[in-house]
Amino acid sequence: MYEFKFSRPATVRQAANLLAKTEDAKLIAGGHTLVPVMKQRLARPAQLIDLSKVEGLDTIEMKGRSLVIGAMARHASVAASEVVKANLPALASLASMIGDPAVRHMGTIGGSLANNDPTADYPAAVMALDATIVTNKRKLKPEEFFQGLFTTALAPDEIITRVQFPLAKKAAYIKFRNQASRYALVGVFVAKRPSEVRVAVTGAGGDGVFRVTQFEEALKKRFNPKSLDGLTVPADGLNSDLHGSAEYRAHLIGVLARRAVEAANA
Amino acid sequence: MAKVSVTVNGTVHSANIDPRTLLVQFLRENLRLTGTHVGCDTSQCGACVVHVNGKAVKSCTTLTVMADGADVLTIEGLAADGAPLHPMQEAFRANHGLQCGFCTPGMIMTAVDLVNRKGNDLDDHTIREELEGNLCRCTGYHNIVKSIAAGAKAMSKSA
Repeated sequence: MYEFKFSRPATVRQAANLLAKTEDAKLIAGGHTLVPVMKQRLARPAQLIDLSKVEGLDTIEMKGRSLVIGAMARHASVAASEVVKANLPALASLASMIGDPAVRHMGTIGGSLANNDPTADYPAAVMALDATIVTNKRKLKPEEFFQGLFTTALAPDEIITRVQFPLAKKAAYIKFRNQASRYALVGVFVAKRPSEVRVAVTGAGGDGVFRVTQFEEALKKRFNPKSLDGLTVPADGLNSDLHGSAEYRAHLIGVLARRAVEAANA
Repeated sequence: MAKVSVTVNGTVHSANIDPRTLLVQFLRENLRLTGTHVGCDTSQCGACVVHVNGKAVKSCTTLTVMADGADVLTIEGLAADGAPLHPMQEAFRANHGLQCGFCTPGMIMTAVDLVNRKGNDLDDHTIREELEGNLCRCTGYHNIVKSIAAGAKAMSKSA
């Protein structure tokens, strides 16, 4: 790794100030993307700002009819939370499938969203549930927040503090894992809320999470896997690599969407 | 340089270290606790698993500065030198749960964490799923799974 200074602010404001005034500073949450990247010398932040001692960033609670998850909530906490399991079990299920048990003790929802890896799981949930990403400066909707491969709308001194999830009567996440990395080769999150049905796909797209509006319209009429009969997703724009061709990913989207609807109805 | 104070197996260690020092390096090189191993160095194989504040963590992907003020348990901390083995260690011995032994400390630390989270009655499917983050090149995992099931039961007796 290249050299860096390390700081541990006690508040979001202190962290934001440090970010604003230090050139090449980076926030570190669970560190399980950032530390490996730094070990490979692919990133050389001059300063790491550790959020793990900032109070109040890891709460998980219901606020009105939204499930609010603090940015520093670890995947293991979300997966095991009785509040999440009672109100939005699909989210607990998603969190339980990230990485492995030790990784889940460190990885955070804020880190996952800020990084916007095209094969990460949380972006699919945020997009499918139309969650609100709350930062120290503003509130962002998924369409504004996700801007492309490893790119978000976050300003250099902006810090995600929490994510507000609307509840869904029916929701499920089905993940087809890359057997080696355990990232999503394709992951589909389906959510039925009073206002709409959303189908969000991760892992397959070159630019990150996207919605399959064709599927959404069909499912809005009838929320049943049969509604997807005959519907396919085009392969262009999808990732093609040694783990799977674009055509295979397009096929998997259909398969996983059907399974997700079945699971959501169960 | 950064000042850190880490409690390891019950003893407080203070040091002035380069912030780049990984927790696994601090344990092995500064504290000479070489039971924790560096396998892949890329957070996949689990040979480096230790407990930080009671949770299994990959120490090759954790900076020591991030464990400042924390309570760390390594494989050496499961049983004092010369004392009887921890029930999970004993289970690995009795069930031939290792061959070369390189993955074993990580397997045992993961197993103890698993019991802490999921209790003493673990079925094979659960154990195999929970071992996703631990790789073994020698055994084919079969006896590791047996060892963990036995060790989990044995841990309830000594609770």
